[in-house]
Amino acid sequence: MLWVVAIVFVATLACIAVGVIRGSRRGSSGAPPPSQRVLTRSVAVAVALTVATLFGLLVASVSTGRTIASLHAASAVTITVTGHQWWWEIQYEDSTPSRRVLTANELHIPVNRPVVLKVTSRDVIHSFWVPNLQGKRDLIPGYTTAIWLQADRTGVFRGQCAEFCGLQHAHMALDVVAETDRDFEGWLDAMRQPGRDPPPNAIGHGREVFMHTRCASCHAIRGTDAAGQIAPDLTHIASRSTLGAGTLPNTPENLSAWIRDPQRLKPGNQMPPNALTDDDLQALVTYLETLR
Amino acid sequence: MIERRDRPIGEDLQQLEQTWADPQGLAGWFTHVDHKSIGRRYLVTAFAFFVMGGVLAALMRLQLSRPDNTILGPDLYNQIFTTHGTTMMFLFAVPVMQGLGIYFVPLMVGARGIAFPRLVAFSYWMLLFGGIFLYVSFLAGAGPDVGWFSYPPLAESLYTPSRRADVWAQLITFTEVASLAVAVSLITTALKLRAPGMTLNRIPIFVWAQVVTSFMVLFAMPAVMLASTSLILDRLVGTHFFDVEHAGDALLWQHLFWFFGHPEVYIIFIPGTGLVSTIVTAFSQRRMFGYLAAVLSLVSTAFMGFGLWVHHMFATGLPQLGESFFTAASIIIAIPTGTQIFCWIATLWSGRLMVKTPMLWILGFFAIFIAGGLTGVMLAAVPLNTQVHDTFFVVAHFHYVLIGGAVFPLFAAFYYWYPKITGRLLSERLGVWVFGLLFVGFNLTFFPMHILGLHGMPRRVYTYPAAMGWGALNLLASVGAIFMACAVAIFIIDSIRALAANRVAAPNPWNAGTLEWATSSPPPHSNFLHLPTVSGREPLWENPPEQPVVVGLRTDARDVLVTHVLDAEPDHRLLFPAPSIWPFLTAIAATVLFIWSIFTPWGVIYGAVPVFVTMVGWFWPKSAQEGGTRLWPLQRSLPRPNEAPAAGGAI
Repeated sequence: MLWVVAIVFVATLACIAVGVIRGSRRGSSGAPPPSQRVLTRSVAVAVALTVATLFGLLVASVSTGRTIASLHAASAVTITVTGHQWWWEIQYEDSTPSRRVLTANELHIPVNRPVVLKVTSRDVIHSFWVPNLQGKRDLIPGYTTAIWLQADRTGVFRGQCAEFCGLQHAHMALDVVAETDRDFEGWLDAMRQPGRDPPPNAIGHGREVFMHTRCASCHAIRGTDAAGQIAPDLTHIASRSTLGAGTLPNTPENLSAWIRDPQRLKPGNQMPPNALTDDDLQALVTYLETLR
Repeated sequence: MIERRDRPIGEDLQQLEQTWADPQGLAGWFTHVDHKSIGRRYLVTAFAFFVMGGVLAALMRLQLSRPDNTILGPDLYNQIFTTHGTTMMFLFAVPVMQGLGIYFVPLMVGARGIAFPRLVAFSYWMLLFGGIFLYVSFLAGAGPDVGWFSYPPLAESLYTPSRRADVWAQLITFTEVASLAVAVSLITTALKLRAPGMTLNRIPIFVWAQVVTSFMVLFAMPAVMLASTSLILDRLVGTHFFDVEHAGDALLWQHLFWFFGHPEVYIIFIPGTGLVSTIVTAFSQRRMFGYLAAVLSLVSTAFMGFGLWVHHMFATGLPQLGESFFTAASIIIAIPTGTQIFCWIATLWSGRLMVKTPMLWILGFFAIFIAGGLTGVMLAAVPLNTQVHDTFFVVAHFHYVLIGGAVFPLFAAFYYWYPKITGRLLSERLGVWVFGLLFVGFNLTFFPMHILGLHGMPRRVYTYPAAMGWGALNLLASVGAIFMACAVAIFIIDSIRALAANRVAAPNPWNAGTLEWATSSPPPHSNFLHLPTVSGREPLWENPPEQPVVVGLRTDARDVLVTHVLDAEPDHRLLFPAPSIWPFLTAIAATVLFIWSIFTPWGVIYGAVPVFVTMVGWFWPKSAQEGGTRLWPLQRSLPRPNEAPAAGGAI
């Protein structure tokens, strides 16, 4: 398509250039213009070529569209992606409720297998877009639509929200990790485990901090009393590679800075700053880092 | 009623000029109804908004010039890009084209004035007050920040509790009231006030473009006013049109908005093509090749323009078969545009071309617009669209289309008509510089955006991580913006300097063929001391020397000649409205109503009272002696324009 378009562009500009040169030469020399019939014929031929080219492009577009939109397979993995301001909630469905997996901002998929994504939004319109895997699909509140994608090689593919969704639209990314079937199943099994019980030392203190400050009112850690639903599930937070939906790499230092003042790192996001003592913060980070 | 020009004409020209003059002085300034005065105001105001929108664009380029930049925060950046888009669409592109229409349509059809002049005056005040309202809000930190498309639910009170989304929605009301008023005036002027002999197939293409655009305005603008009013109601009194929490529909907005939004592109671009046709014809010194094909292309573009809005919504997940129809429509619309381009090439090819500054801009238009049109054909394809939709590829595409298709022809028109409006010529030498800087700067700014989009950079992001590798191309784009700013600055300096300089323009410096060149530069108050008649498509080239002029109109009253729609035979005479302060007062009352209603529904109730009072003042019946609008006895058997050659002629 790009080539067709490039050729048309060059050809048309060439015609204009020749036209300008001939026209301005005639302006100075006064040679007679070409006859009306020649001009009419040339314009008609050009219009006919345009129609033919456009028709070709239309057929190509529609047939490609059908191919992309219609690949279905029984073995597809079904994942629900829900948009939030400004993060992605990801849920792996399973007929047994206890085997469902809830995570955020990192989508793992098996390679070479079709994956069906059911997408919707909890607040405003977002758009799910992983350029290397598939085109966009808007996440519209009140609608659930399905797209499929399939990774043909293992790797990490970055995606980003593509529909303007408010203040932090720029910081709403996600990673798609395409891995072999075995790695994928292993990851899924790990995700099904509840949050690890910490030993009663500094880490245990960190858990106390989590449960008794406001963390637990928004975030959930399965296997504990923390069951907040309005912010990302943190059951396996330490296994994720970024913080704040792709805002920062997930390192202990960044996590600590994020908890203390997320508004500085991602202004306007829904998480408030937390005035914790250094010890409490350190313990909290140490605890969260065990949640792999 | 129509006599040969060589007969003695017993008209008192001085009295005629006094009759048509608007009052002088500051108080008089608010009462003007002369289309030339209002047209100039429209052009200057719209250009001022262009500069303001450009400053906002420069700020965005500054912020994006390097990754993880923190010069502007997300809050300010979102206000800036929203205000930039809103300004350029509603306060610059549509009004500037309508401003050209207000100034030139009456001149090009050989009329003494524009139809409904007080309505046109009112529209100007609405545009001005709306623009001031937007920028005062912006400077007060309440600039709209939900995009020029203002999608709910983001624009609903739940997610935008501040007044910002209301500011956007009411700005739409202001500008749409203004553009609807201008649209009806232009249509009426072009259909009923044409010079005798200007049959439908002799109407200048620019006038055709304005008529077609005005009809599009009549059908497209109500859709967005409906949508924005529903949004205001949602926010003001909880009507739940688009409120998903209460069974409203988020997608409904997109249909309504794009049913307006896509035609809007053509509302901006079709007058641009009219300018191209006008200037190509004038500088080729021959009739437009394929006049009929070009006019039909405009009309068919206007019809098809209403059938492609869904290509803005390919990512929403509508059924595939439905999408295919909109793909087809989006591709087909390239045919009439292509036809026009080929007609222009044929005109250039077979004419006696003079390359002066206006023509340079037209050549720039060709290069940029064709690129933008072709990326448009690419965007019509769903598989490609869902990849590059809402990325910088689309930003590049529509700037190529709109700056290429409207702003370049507009600059061509500035250079072409500046002598007519002011009586002074712009500098050819500086004109080349302005063109060169803008052309180079434009391509430096926007070409890299194609690549950025293909590399996955989404639109409307206030920053991007360094790891994405988008920094270099963004910096290049920002450098290009400096070139563009310089070009506009030189243009402004030159156009102010030229006013004072004494490069006086002749009535027809380009030896063009349409009627606006048949009068002095600048035109007199009455437009034409002797109202022309027409016997060809390019009257100044084709009228025989003994072409008659219209006589028999009163010189002591604002008497105009109304002609028939199809063949422009004289129909009756009409007394035009005199200058009046009421349009200004009505606009103030309407402004109070619109702004008040943002804060409380009671604003609609109490605000309606002054609107009613001013409207009564405006429409207060006038006695026959006072003037006002009265019909003369109809006289349908006026002579035809002196045995002009039969209508028609080859294209």
